[in-house]
Order: sequence, then structure tokens, then C-alpha cells
Amino acid sequence: MAARAGLIEQKQGATSARLDSLGPVADKGWTATARKAALDRVVQQGLPHARDEYWKFTKPTGLVVADVTPAAVFTGDEVQVFDSVDRVKLVFVDGVFDAAASDDPALAGVKIERLAEATSDIHWAQGLYGTLEANGQDPVARPLAALNTAYATDGVLIHATGKAEKPVSLIYRHESETSDAILHHVIKLDAKAELTVLENGPAAARFNKVMEVDIADGAAFHHVRAQGRDHERQAATHIFARLGTESTFKSFTLTANGRMTRNECVIELTGDDAVAHVAGACVGDGDFHHDDTIFITHDAVNCESRQVFKKVLRNGATGVFQGKILVKEGAQKTDGYQISQSLLLDGDSQFLAKPELEIYADDVACSHGSTSGAIDEDALFYLRSRGVPEGRATDLLTLAFLAEAVQEIEDEALSDEILGKVEAWLDRRRG
Amino acid sequence: MGAPDGADEKDEKMLEIKNLQVKLEDEDKQILKGVDLTVEAGKVHAIMGPNGSGKSTLSYVLSGKDGYEVTGGEATLDGDDLLDMEAEERAAAGLFLAFQYPVEIPGVGNMTFLRTAVNAQRKARGEDEMSATDFLKFVREKAKDLKIDADMLKRPVNVGFSGGEKKRNEILQMAVLQPRMCILDETDSGLDVDAMKLVSEGVNALRDAGRGFLVITHYQRLLDHIKPDVVHIMADGRIIKTGGPELALEVEQNGYADLLAEAE
Ligand SMILES: Nc1ncnc2c1ncn2[C@@H]1O[C@H](COP(=O)(O)OP(=O)(O)O)[C@@H](O)[C@H]1O
Ligand SMILES: [Mg+2]
Repeated sequence: MAARAGLIEQKQGATSARLDSLGPVADKGWTATARKAALDRVVQQGLPHARDEYWKFTKPTGLVVADVTPAAVFTGDEVQVFDSVDRVKLVFVDGVFDAAASDDPALAGVKIERLAEATSDIHWAQGLYGTLEANGQDPVARPLAALNTAYATDGVLIHATGKAEKPVSLIYRHESETSDAILHHVIKLDAKAELTVLENGPAAARFNKVMEVDIADGAAFHHVRAQGRDHERQAATHIFARLGTESTFKSFTLTANGRMTRNECVIELTGDDAVAHVAGACVGDGDFHHDDTIFITHDAVNCESRQVFKKVLRNGATGVFQGKILVKEGAQKTDGYQISQSLLLDGDSQFLAKPELEIYADDVACSHGSTSGAIDEDALFYLRSRGVPEGRATDLLTLAFLAEAVQEIEDEALSDEILGKVEAWLDRRRG
Repeated sequence: MGAPDGADEKDEKMLEIKNLQVKLEDEDKQILKGVDLTVEAGKVHAIMGPNGSGKSTLSYVLSGKDGYEVTGGEATLDGDDLLDMEAEERAAAGLFLAFQYPVEIPGVGNMTFLRTAVNAQRKARGEDEMSATDFLKFVREKAKDLKIDADMLKRPVNVGFSGGEKKRNEILQMAVLQPRMCILDETDSGLDVDAMKLVSEGVNALRDAGRGFLVITHYQRLLDHIKPDVVHIMADGRIIKTGGPELALEVEQNGYADLLAEAE
């Protein structure tokens, strides 16, 4: 009892310190109610603590403390991703929108606004902002997401009414060593609409980002993200997606470097015959902690969900995977698949995995697997015996290992972009 | 001045193995107990011997596989100390091993594998990379001779290949890399008659004055197709007898028992 009281006290202390540093929430405009409710959630839940079960493998301190830990800006010449893709670019520098660097957001089939500029009292996003996030707080609390809803300074509101002509590309630049950015995006796809959202860049010294995605019947949402590449940046991101009948959600994330990354993805399949795929590949070296936390709820008939996560870790890097499939009563004919694998390039690195299935329907097919292994010595020797130097051979095998996750990206041009980026990163590291 | 006339005529020693002794790195098990063997340029040497006599170990040690400890003796290629080189350096120096059990590499396309290998060796030798189109043409030609189709070139290295396809793929790599010293470890095992013919033709096509072969086999059969100049019998980590092609026939007819008894 005493220990628990002590913990609550610690949590309350850390939470109020953080809330004090952020000040009062905005009380005007259509988001005011959602912000206030979100703030109440944060106060009630308390920000994450190292002793929370959901943070067992990832120490949240850096993501929670009031003062952001400075992160040096990466000065090497960065391999740009998505450069070959025709897209509408929206640029945020340390969380602040950069109009000069951004494209005109006019795009056929899509309406794009900035959260900071959507000042009317009534807005289409009103029923969504903070709503999917709030739904995603049960059964597991996600206080950093609630904090985001309460304090987001900007973000984009994207309403896809038809098939988007090209992808919307969110670019996050990092220029200040002490930036602490909070962005919140709301994306709504009308029935049968199609949209691809790309995200890339390190964003800030500390980045808290929420993306709420509401996908109506028959609509398709694709998301490809490349998080990188500053060594010291920290990020906590959440995706909350709700899927209607026969809709599709596919998300892929590549992460290279970054001291701390926690990517949560909370998906609710609410309409029959919907499909949700979440995949990730990460390459970690040294002072690197990467956490993928996925929660997929099947609440309709004949839906498919798929989680594919691959991590390559070296020099003491840590990878975490917490993946859950919850099949609710009546969600018959559910097809749930989950695999998480790590390739440990040395004995100092570690991979911690917690795959979970919770099933309340009887006619379902769910499988999960998690593996952790070293590089295949026989394959390495085979390559070397053909003249391929050890470093290059290791890279080839690493790339082959990650490729399985990258192939989850449906669009071939985008998947090539990502594979190329991984290759370049591996190449450069070897330099 | 000029070189003395005799220099060109005497057989050019390529692979020289002297009193090579090898044990497992983490076990006190001596596998090679003093192997002596010299392969000259232009010659095909065969090694025959019962299972477990150390043939594969010899081929692995020569090509630089980890897990073995050389406890004595030496091995040189064109006079250079092989045992002092990394596996990839040995390959760049011209050594090639066709594996008894070719390794599957999921996720790495066969063509990517070949191009990476060729260009890595070229780079190590200070040569320019081959252009992608030239390379493609070159590989397709070699592949056609071995009846390796475009699909096999695209698929991940050896993944889902039949036993025969794997062995043909080994010979394809040899044909593409054009090594000076080729070691073939039981390339005939698991091959049907047609595949054996294909593989042998592939090997014979590479025979020339500048290239040496060490063909490890269990059976005389392969040696009907690839005619050896010299045959060695290996048993219990040693070469116990060396002779001409007739030695292989003797083994075929009488087995190893007599030879083993003779060596006692
Ligand atoms: N990695 C190893 N671990 C344990 N024993 C080995 C290993 N490699 C070879 N050996 C042993 O060494 C001997 C020679 O094996 P090998 O070289 O494969 O013979 P061959 O190819 O002539 O059949 C055998 O007794 C085999 O069991
Ligand atoms: Mg053998």
C-alpha cells in the first residue's frame, strides 16, 4: 500500500510539473471542449511512470519530464526520402509550420487545413479531434496521447472526399536543440475515398504526435513514415484509427537512430470485411531505444489484421515490441496475424517482446510469433567465400531481413524509396 | 637476359598444401592429420575417400570458414599464404569452393548476389565494376548453358531450389566468377544423370591451362565426365594414396577396404 501511494505521489508530482510547464489549455474555438476533457484524462491517469505495466520495457522519463533534454541537430548530409515521389509537401520546423517551404495544399479530392488556422467555431473535425484518442484510452491508458490532444499547437486536418491525386507529405525538420513539439493531425476519409500520407524527418528534440484517422466504408488509407535520423531526438507517437466496412488501413514505419522512440498504433475494426496492416522496420545502433506498441481490436466480422515488425540492433541498442490482438465477442471469421523479429548483431543488444492475443469469439484464426536471432553465420560465410567483404555481407543480410517488413508497403515506388534509404543508411554507417 | 626456357614448361604450382593439420576450434578433435597436396595450373586433381575422412573440412579450411584451428602446416595459393587471408580475400585471389551443401539466403536475390560478388572481387583486384547491362548479358549466357532460367536468377539464393538446382547454381557462380582455383565438394551428390552431365559440361568448359581443379567426390561416376589427371585417396585426415585415373576405377571396383588396409 505504501509503495503504491508513493508511486501515485511520484506520478502526480511528475504530471503536475509537466502540466505546469505547459500552462493552461486553449479555451477558445471548436477544440476547446476536447482539450479540456483530454486534460482531465491526463490529470486522472497521470503521465507514464517506469513502474507502469505498459511501460515495463521502455523508460518514459525523457518523454515525460518538464524540461526537454537537448538533442543535437544531425549535421551530416541526410539521405532524403520520398524525393522521387510526386507529393504535396507540408513542412514543420520544430513543430512550427513553414509556409515558405511548403506546397500549396490544394489537391483534388482532398481538403487540407492547419489545426492552428482552423479557428471557426464549427468544424468537420470537431467530432473526431480527441475522440478517437479518447476511445483508445480503454482498456489501456495512453496519457501522452491525451496530453497531446490537450496541448497540440498545430497539425493538419485532412478531409478526403474522393481519390487523392497524390500523397500528402508531412515533413518534420529539426533545427533547435531544445525544441519540444506537439502536433495533432486529424484525417477523415469519406466512403470510398483514397489517401496516402507520408511522414518523414526527426521533427524536434522531443516530439509528441497524434494522428487520428477515421476511415469510412470502402475507403483506403495508406501511411508510410521514415523516422530519422538525429541520434539524440526523442519521440512518442500515436496513431488512432477507426475502420468502417470494407475499408483498408496500411501503415509502415522505418526508424533509424533516435535515442528514444515509442510508436503506438491503436486500431479498431468496426465494420465487417475491413483490413488493417501495420508494419515497421528499424535499425538501431548504440544509444537507441525503439518501442512499437500495437493494439488492434476486432469488433466486426471477417476482418483481417496483420502486424509485421523487424528490428536490427547493434552496439547495445534496445528494441521493444508490445503487440496485442483483441477479438471481441461476435467478431467471427477474424484473421489476425502478428510477427515480430529481431536481428541482434552483437551480444550487447536486446529485444523485448510481449505478443498478446485475447479472443472472445470462437471462429477465428489468429497467430503470432516472435524471434530473436544473430546473423546467419553460414550465409555470411557463403557470401564471403564469393568475395563479398564481411561488412557488405552483413549489410546484405540485414537488408534481406528488413525487406520482409518493407515489402508490406503496397506501393512499389514507395517501398523502393524506403529500401533505398535503408541501404544508404547502412552504407553510410559503414563509411 | 630473358627467362630460361625451362621456366614455362615446368608445371606451375598453384595450390600447395603441406602437412596441414586442423582441429575443431572448440573441441579437442583433430580432423586433418597432415595433408600434403599440390595442384598445378591446368590440372584436375580428384580426392576420393570414405565419409568422415576430412574432405569437406579441407575444403572449408582452404576457403576460410570459421570454427577450425590450424595446428600445423601451411597452404598457399600462387605462393601466397592462404591461411593468413580473410575468406573474401581468398576469393578475390582466385579461390572458389562449390559447396557440398549450398546455403539458402532468404531475401537476397540470386542476381544481386552474383553482381555483388563479381563487383566486390573486381574492386579488391583494382578493376572497374561491370556495367549492369553487360553483366546481365554475361550471366544470362552462362545460365543458359546450365539450363538455369530467368526465374532462378531472380529468386532468393538457393531458396526453394531442388538439390540439383543448387548444384547447378554453384557451377553458375563458378562460371561467372571465373576463379583460378576451383574446389568442388561432392558436386555430384544428389544429381541425376542429366544434371550430372550439365554440371560436368560446365566444369569442363572452364578447364584451361591457367586454372586448377580439386574435385572431391565419393564416386567414380563424376570422374567419367570430368577426367582427372591425378587421384588422391583420403582417409582419417590424411592422403593415403595418390595415383592416376586408374586409382578411381580401383576404388569403384573394390571399395576403400583394400586401400585402407594397405595404408595401415
Ligand atoms: N563442425 C564440426 N563439428 C563436429 N565434428 C565435425 C565438424 N566438422 C567436421 N567434423 C568431423 O570431422 C570429420 C570429417 O568430416 P568431413 O570433413 O565433413 O568429412 P567428409 O567430407 O570427408 O565426409 C567427421 O568425423 C566429422 O564428424
Ligand atoms: Mg563432405
